[in-house]
Amino acid sequence: MSKYLVLIFQDEVATKEVAGETVSADYQAFMQRRGRSLLGGAALEPAETATSIRRDGSGGFSVTDGPFAESKETLGGYYLIEAADLDEALEIAKEVPAGAGVEVRPVRVAS
Amino acid sequence: MPAASSQVAAAVAEAHRREWAFVLAATMRIAGDIDTAEEAVQDAYASALSTWGTRGIPENPGAWLTVTARRRAMDMHRRAATAQRALPKLLDPEVQLLDDPGRETEDITDDRLRLIFTCCHPALALDAQVALTLRLLCGLSTADVARAFLLPEATMAARITRAKKKIAAAHIPYRVPAASELRERVDGVLSVVYLVYTTGHTAPSGANLMRRDLAERGHELARMLRVLLPGDRDVAGLLALVLLTDARRGARLDEHRELVLMENQDRSKWDRSAIDEGVALLREALNLRPPGRFALMAAIAAVHDESKSWSDTDWQEILGLYDLLMETWSSPVVKLNRAIALGFAVGHAEGLAELDALGAEPRLARYPYLAAARADFLTRLGRFDEARVAFEEALILTENDTERRYLRSRLSELME
Repeated sequence: MSKYLVLIFQDEVATKEVAGETVSADYQAFMQRRGRSLLGGAALEPAETATSIRRDGSGGFSVTDGPFAESKETLGGYYLIEAADLDEALEIAKEVPAGAGVEVRPVRVAS
Repeated sequence: MPAASSQVAAAVAEAHRREWAFVLAATMRIAGDIDTAEEAVQDAYASALSTWGTRGIPENPGAWLTVTARRRAMDMHRRAATAQRALPKLLDPEVQLLDDPGRETEDITDDRLRLIFTCCHPALALDAQVALTLRLLCGLSTADVARAFLLPEATMAARITRAKKKIAAAHIPYRVPAASELRERVDGVLSVVYLVYTTGHTAPSGANLMRRDLAERGHELARMLRVLLPGDRDVAGLLALVLLTDARRGARLDEHRELVLMENQDRSKWDRSAIDEGVALLREALNLRPPGRFALMAAIAAVHDESKSWSDTDWQEILGLYDLLMETWSSPVVKLNRAIALGFAVGHAEGLAELDALGAEPRLARYPYLAAARADFLTRLGRFDEARVAFEEALILTENDTERRYLRSRLSELME
């Protein structure tokens, strides 16, 4: 079995109103259905609450308001899942009721 | 009995061409990852060169090479295991290292099918799918793949390495997809094979009109798929399309190696046996309702192949087939070809109007055949000034030297 991080992207402008409430019925259904494959996960506060820290190259940091990469779709949450292979991981990821879509990244295994 | 070295070299070359995919795919189960499998198979071919010279050429070179490559892969694993290196990545180690013969007989799927679905996995970029397919299924070296796409070898090597890394890191599986996704995945494989074929049939750039090596590889891949998926009508459609298109290749260049358009081709040079085989396959492919895009494209090619002359061409039939194709596959290129068919079925002015409407299509903005088709219809309509401009535009966009010479000759005719 392999682990994958499913990064959930959403268009914040479009989904603003929904934020804050309890977990939506869609997500509850998803977690019920795929519970055995889910190792963890969380929803995140909107990107406007993000703080980014960049190394300035001389030992210090520059701290800025906002997400690390500016884009229309922002990271809204994640799941850590376990799957036999990429095909199964993609199958699970397709069921995530995300707004814009998801990115599936294999978790690196120490060799 | 010992064999002459020239015979051995020829036998190894032949086995390389015919059996590479089979040997590599069968070795993958034991090797677990692509690099180990490739190395083991390369070693097997190298030892064939020496062993076959002293012990004679085996009756079944593919089986000999497979046994040798698998043994080599096993050795490499033992060595790796003692060196405490990482375990194989592609397969569950318990399954593949056992190499249980019972499992093999039970599982009759040809390993080449698994290999091609791994190479053409949608999680890989299309250019990487093409490169991996040529390298792993056709046995082309990275340098050959790079040459086929006129890219520096380092660029191609990086592309292949990156794809292999993703297969290992993301655990792209080595298996035939489940029935629920099979249609879609087969379509992806067919797209890759068709791209290999068309890139060879009319090279997008370079000195020659065709890159026969690529076209032949595409042809062989289509044949391999036909063997591996004999009941699949889309596969039959693709092989039909390749045969029906390739049948005309002997007439596409004149004795000076200049381009001859279909209108002026000597149809006696078309390959009748390829056409017959293609038409038989096409019948089978058309049993699928609605017919797939490759079957429809093959049907269009068949109308041309079976016309006695250009003036006999049944353009109404071709236009009807394009209309059907548009329902399943309305790509900008299909729209362009439909507009050309309309120009011959209905009238040059009507075809030209459709082509002009496609000028706004961003994906055709740099597509030379749009300008070339406009230039041709404008010439037929006697609008020579506009035709000249269109030919000049096509010349700017065309990167194939043979096609450029053809366009230049059409342009100079208009200058007189």
